[in-house]
Amino acid sequence: MNPENPEAAAAGEPARVSRRTALKLAAVGVLGAAAGVGASAGLAHWGRAAPAPFRFFTGAEARLLIPICEQIIPRDDTPGATDAGVIHFIDRQICGPLARHQQSYRQGLASFRQACRQVCQADFEELSFDKQTEFLRRVEAGGTPKELWPGPSQQAFFNLVLDHTRQGFYGSPRHGGNRNYGSYQMMGLAYPNLIGRNVRDKGR
Amino acid sequence: MSLPKVNAVIVGAGAGGGIVAKELAVAGLSVVLLERGGWPRYDEHNDDELWSQRTPALGNPFGPDDRRHRRVFVNPNGESRVVLPSEGDYGNNAGCVGGGTASYGAMAWRFMPQDFRMRSTYGDVKDSTLADWPVSYDDLEPYYEKAEYEVGVAGDYADNPFGAPRKKPFPMPAFPYNKEGRLIVATEKRMGLHPFPIPMLRNSVEYNGRPACIHMRSCVGYACPVNAKGGTHNTVLPIALATGNCQVRAGCVAAEIMVDDGGRARGVRYFDSDNRAREQPADLVVVSASATETARLLLNSKSRLFPNGAGNNNDWVGRNLQGHCYVGACGLLEEEIYEEAGPGATVAICDYSHGNPGLVGGGMLANEFIDLPYKFCGVRPPGEARWGKAHKDFQRRHYKRIVRIVGPWQEIPNFSARVTIDPAVKDDWGIPVCRLSGTRHAYDLQGGDFLSRKAEAIIQETGATRIWRNGPGLWLSGGQHQAGTCRMGDDPATSVTNRFGQVHQIDNLFIADGSLHVTNGGFNPVLTIMALAYWVSDYIKTGWKGSKFR
Repeated sequence: MNPENPEAAAAGEPARVSRRTALKLAAVGVLGAAAGVGASAGLAHWGRAAPAPFRFFTGAEARLLIPICEQIIPRDDTPGATDAGVIHFIDRQICGPLARHQQSYRQGLASFRQACRQVCQADFEELSFDKQTEFLRRVEAGGTPKELWPGPSQQAFFNLVLDHTRQGFYGSPRHGGNRNYGSYQMMGLAYPNLIGRNVRDKGR
Repeated sequence: MSLPKVNAVIVGAGAGGGIVAKELAVAGLSVVLLERGGWPRYDEHNDDELWSQRTPALGNPFGPDDRRHRRVFVNPNGESRVVLPSEGDYGNNAGCVGGGTASYGAMAWRFMPQDFRMRSTYGDVKDSTLADWPVSYDDLEPYYEKAEYEVGVAGDYADNPFGAPRKKPFPMPAFPYNKEGRLIVATEKRMGLHPFPIPMLRNSVEYNGRPACIHMRSCVGYACPVNAKGGTHNTVLPIALATGNCQVRAGCVAAEIMVDDGGRARGVRYFDSDNRAREQPADLVVVSASATETARLLLNSKSRLFPNGAGNNNDWVGRNLQGHCYVGACGLLEEEIYEEAGPGATVAICDYSHGNPGLVGGGMLANEFIDLPYKFCGVRPPGEARWGKAHKDFQRRHYKRIVRIVGPWQEIPNFSARVTIDPAVKDDWGIPVCRLSGTRHAYDLQGGDFLSRKAEAIIQETGATRIWRNGPGLWLSGGQHQAGTCRMGDDPATSVTNRFGQVHQIDNLFIADGSLHVTNGGFNPVLTIMALAYWVSDYIKTGWKGSKFR
């Protein structure tokens, strides 16, 4: 899945991207994702500017949430949360079965933004990957000013995004994430799971 | 609106209710079986880990749904909140035709003789309601056998010296061990333990017109696409329907057992699949709605003689909620051991089920079912990173190189772990909901710790490099193995039903599910629920011949 070289991706070559490029990609992820990437062919659309067609998130919220998710499951030589479409998974599901978490996202993302500005004097999206990691660890541990979190506590918000990112990354693609079963590829698992066609050890 | 009277109305089409429906229908009684959920369908959730009964991230595929059902959960600090069926604290089992048997892992354990005599075997435990059952293993043996033959169990106890005595062999040969199982068998034998294949309510060969297992990795938490997994929905219920005496009403939610001023059950008030209020009169009522929902239905059924709910004049309905204290250990291996052969759990030992020096009870230990990738995210040693590249590395490196042993520690029942009715919260039909409160008995921490150390010792011996234990926690139990809330007993002052599941003082009201369990064994409870359902059915049929309930 090399967005800079769709042919290489199609040929099954792992993406080789520098951290700097990855950062840039993460930044444009929202745009690429917004362009309706839903299949491998759609990767060619990365970078094309388009209005964000999210059901729930504002464009600004999505631009913040995408790098948070990417921190949780980053791209390396296999796809990360952005590639997998985790943002679309979350956006879709909190307008459906996970609707009870809408306010936690709205308030939590606002608190997250404030906390990052106060602690890092910058927006999260502008931080380097490693600085983002550092700040996210702080949120996970409850180490930013508590008064900035009138909605969900920072740990609760972190755990919510952590869980939903995992769901979006590993769940069935039909829910909007796990694009092309990227996580199953990563783990060496056969997909899709065809009835009666699983590979068994016959050597017993 | 009142419907034509039938002989029996049964609430809940799970492990217990499905069997009672079949037994009564075959005996010639007219039966209405009410089930709040629908018929299980495989095609709706093939290989979808977020829509699995084991990891219901987006909802329970086998019910109940988040839209119409809820409960109130009270945590150990006394704080309460409304919980939905897909949330852990709801303590869900299932809500569909077949109940838990449509999607379970299908371990087919008979309890051991000591499991029915816990108090006599071990004496009292402080602050517990530990007691003997009013029935013995010998009473139930023929009914266990009937469950094994009618639903279908594959097993072999040749290597299990602790197995409960049996008169007939298993109807199907045991499943072979998987790769992990073979490693564990060799290890345990070296340690002087006694591994044997887990008995399963799953076809190892074609049986009763259903094919042999095809080993889907998505097995536990899912319905079987070929019906190799036996549940009440694909074994006994088709027989019940074929008699022409049984009607299964899916999508129907029971609200109340109607009890008249003379203390007899008249039938069940419920809401049909179009949410219309209905009354189904019957000669007798059987409740098999699971330990939580059966208790709720009884508590919601108030009448002149039973102002606190049917059978609840001594305040025992809803008490002693128990499940199992699941513990175990994991180890990381150098070599790949994963095998794409579901469901994954193949080998068990009963060496620690009883007779543990200084301890009350015990538990079986087995290797674990296959976890799909999302659930595997939670399988980590203490202190391991939960996210970032380290998370991915763990998923990639260890998913296929992990050996796990887990088991259900037999819980010590206590009076304060309970189901009551929430005074304020109602479900979509306006029926007051379950309020769950209390915790498991503190003793279970000691027992669970013991069992997890035994699992750890085995994992160590396998040669695993990094090993950790999953010990017990002090939280409310119940969930898929929920039991105990309408205990059977000889003394009406300390139980809800007699030894035949007949509610004290209401002769035509019966219970046939895990609610009856006085204690819950150190095993998955489904085969015992099935055996009890046959046992209760036999008593009803005998009484019916003498027109006892008309």
